[in-house]
Amino acid sequence: MPTLDTLKPGESACIAEVVGHDAVAVRLMEMGLIEGETIEHLGAAPLGDPAEYLVCGYRLSLRASEARRVQILKVPAAS
Amino acid sequence: MSSSAPTAMPLTVALIGNPNTGKSTLFNALSGSAALTGNYPGVTVEKKIGKMRCGDRVVQLVDLPGTYSLSPRTLDEMVTVDLLLGRIADIGRPDVVVCIVDASNLERNLYLVSQVLDLGLPAVLVLNMSDVAKSRGIVIDAGELSRRLGLAVVMTAAHRHDGIDSVREAILAAAAAGPPPRPEIFPPVFREECGRLAAQLAEWGRPATPDYLLGRLLLDVGGYLETHAVNGKARELQHYLETARGRLGAAGCKPPAVEARVRYAWARALLQGVAARPTVRPATFSDKVDRQLTHRFTGLVLFAALMLVMFQAISTWAEPLMEACKAVQASAGGVVAGLMPAGPLRSLLIDGVIGGVGSVLVFLPQIVILFLFIALLEDCGYMARAAFLMDKLMTHVGLSGKSFVPLMSSFACAIPGIMATRVIENRRDRMTTILVAPLMSCSARQPVYVLMILAFIPATSYLGGWVGLQALVLFGMTCLGAVVAVPIAWVLKKTLFRGETPPFVMELPSYKWPSPRLVFTRVYHQAKSFVVRAGTLIFATSIVVWAASYFPGDHAAADRLQTQITASELDPFADATERERLIVRCNQLQSELLEHSLLGRFGHLIEPAVRPLGWDWKIGVGVIASFPAREVIVGTLGTIYSLGGVESADDAGLQDAVRSATWPDGHKVFSLPVALSIMVFFALCAQCASTLMIIRRETNSWRWPLFTFSYMTALAYAAAFATYRLAIWLS
Repeated sequence: MPTLDTLKPGESACIAEVVGHDAVAVRLMEMGLIEGETIEHLGAAPLGDPAEYLVCGYRLSLRASEARRVQILKVPAAS
Repeated sequence: MSSSAPTAMPLTVALIGNPNTGKSTLFNALSGSAALTGNYPGVTVEKKIGKMRCGDRVVQLVDLPGTYSLSPRTLDEMVTVDLLLGRIADIGRPDVVVCIVDASNLERNLYLVSQVLDLGLPAVLVLNMSDVAKSRGIVIDAGELSRRLGLAVVMTAAHRHDGIDSVREAILAAAAAGPPPRPEIFPPVFREECGRLAAQLAEWGRPATPDYLLGRLLLDVGGYLETHAVNGKARELQHYLETARGRLGAAGCKPPAVEARVRYAWARALLQGVAARPTVRPATFSDKVDRQLTHRFTGLVLFAALMLVMFQAISTWAEPLMEACKAVQASAGGVVAGLMPAGPLRSLLIDGVIGGVGSVLVFLPQIVILFLFIALLEDCGYMARAAFLMDKLMTHVGLSGKSFVPLMSSFACAIPGIMATRVIENRRDRMTTILVAPLMSCSARQPVYVLMILAFIPATSYLGGWVGLQALVLFGMTCLGAVVAVPIAWVLKKTLFRGETPPFVMELPSYKWPSPRLVFTRVYHQAKSFVVRAGTLIFATSIVVWAASYFPGDHAAADRLQTQITASELDPFADATERERLIVRCNQLQSELLEHSLLGRFGHLIEPAVRPLGWDWKIGVGVIASFPAREVIVGTLGTIYSLGGVESADDAGLQDAVRSATWPDGHKVFSLPVALSIMVFFALCAQCASTLMIIRRETNSWRWPLFTFSYMTALAYAAAFATYRLAIWLS
């Protein structure tokens, strides 16, 4: 299953699952990254990492190592 | 409930909310700016308590640290839960919890609210930034939300003081009404497991555990409670929890994922028909600004420009204010000198007390300016972007982007830099940042470098006069600490502060205009807490070092000379050459007194230790005397070389004196290798009592200042030795 870090800027996806049960996974879920939620990649930081996402109506910064923990279902970009 | 008597019991109200919800603004609006700050025992969490009145009730308002959830993974996070459960002795169980949420981001904020409701405390829900939500097209039916939750819901715009009185009324009403109904959001199978766990704990002879903590034990895999809550039965508990979680997993409620699922499901159901989020998020002003500020090119350029301005402000703009501080100190000393005869009391007042107060106040300009910047950047929402931009760079040493601004500020002065680490919520990252911050080359090192460079580095220049050797050495010394800090931070993160990489899951809040009131209050509190809580220790250190340099010794002769000099200065007909003679004699006496004082004796004592660095006892005394602050060495060397109090490092007399100083056998003490070894030592040593005291204050323990002093002194010694040897070998 593709993970969130493979999402390109401007693309949206539907969150399938957050993998694991450590501090990172729990924090991701607490921040609203749960099954069925839509997430959009807004762009990466100038040095390439972390990246900015739009989820639950707010902006969230995630490192690639954290985004990799989120499994997604890609949805075609809204026209 | 009976009607409240005029002398009603004081209420305890806890204020909780996500970061960036305007919690501090609400706290200030409710309690004014007179808050007491401190630390909870044994942790680095700041305790902030304000007082306010609600009708005839006196209210103790406790500001809890901003948090996204109440699932403690560390001792610091446990403090908040303990407080809400009434397990912090000197505060007691809160009578009311005020939950502040960002009205424009309700769904995620309600996650924390649902946890708070599980605690079974009377509560008030404050929807703050309702004006922002409105402008984004979010419509909230507060009345319906209040009805569904069974508690008061108040709409506020705290930065404009809108709705503050309603919050006060709602607090009183909530205290009278008692706890709202607890939403049963977990499935029955989970509640059964909680009951079973309670029975098991009772069987092990544990006192009754609050329901909320039973839930936490089951939900927080590897959380704080699981590892710390039950002494003696740790293994049994671990085993029990694993089986219980297995049972929950089989029933489709696998911890920890079940919690986020059910709480968000609850929040969505609650908001159905209550709050309408527009389907297409309108591109706001904030979005447009953000596109530029996080842009690959403009983002970095603007960030660099901003950092440059900030750095310039702390190092240059603070200068006149610091000079003014010193001038006030000098004139206060002059006044005392005019009023009192020379003697120990006068020396104590001028060099001990006034000097000590001055050494505290001299930091205030930098602290105020830096915190003005930080408060502005944080309040307008840029601080999170700064961390976002710099994160990648900082991950190379195992830190996060949040360490960048504190470390950069430390180039001006480590004290505001260390105070600025409070923005780093992860304890291990914060500690590492605090411990390496004093390595950054602060402005107090400059006088040492300037003295040594002007006296010993030839003024050669290269590339047709564009690059001077003196400037190169100064640049090298300034970079040295930062370069050394990289491996040190890396080692600290691998040893003392190792652990799983903390999540850098960070909200990027919307931009807004900073609130002058909030910015002012924050700066005022930082300055006050520095003066009150670190200032006293810095002052005490100054007195101790003054005493060590004054006693023992008979100052009568020097005092008599001093009186004669003063008299001669006032007498227009006095013989100038005679006065010169008196001054020279007096300076000589002062030098001898210093040599025979405790400090001087200690300098002699450590001479064998500093010999390998190429130093004589005088440099040793200078280094010890500069424990309160590095730049003191310049003045101390002035006294030792019988020049009286030398004011500045480019004093030609002092440069000549160090150049011509000799060992008893006649060869020169100072040479290029010695000068380099002194500079390297001062680049890396922890000769700054104020920094150590601020570390003690920020870490709430004596262990870390001691550790910092030890590791930096060892590092400085080793590096100075290596430099000395290498320079001798090369020359």
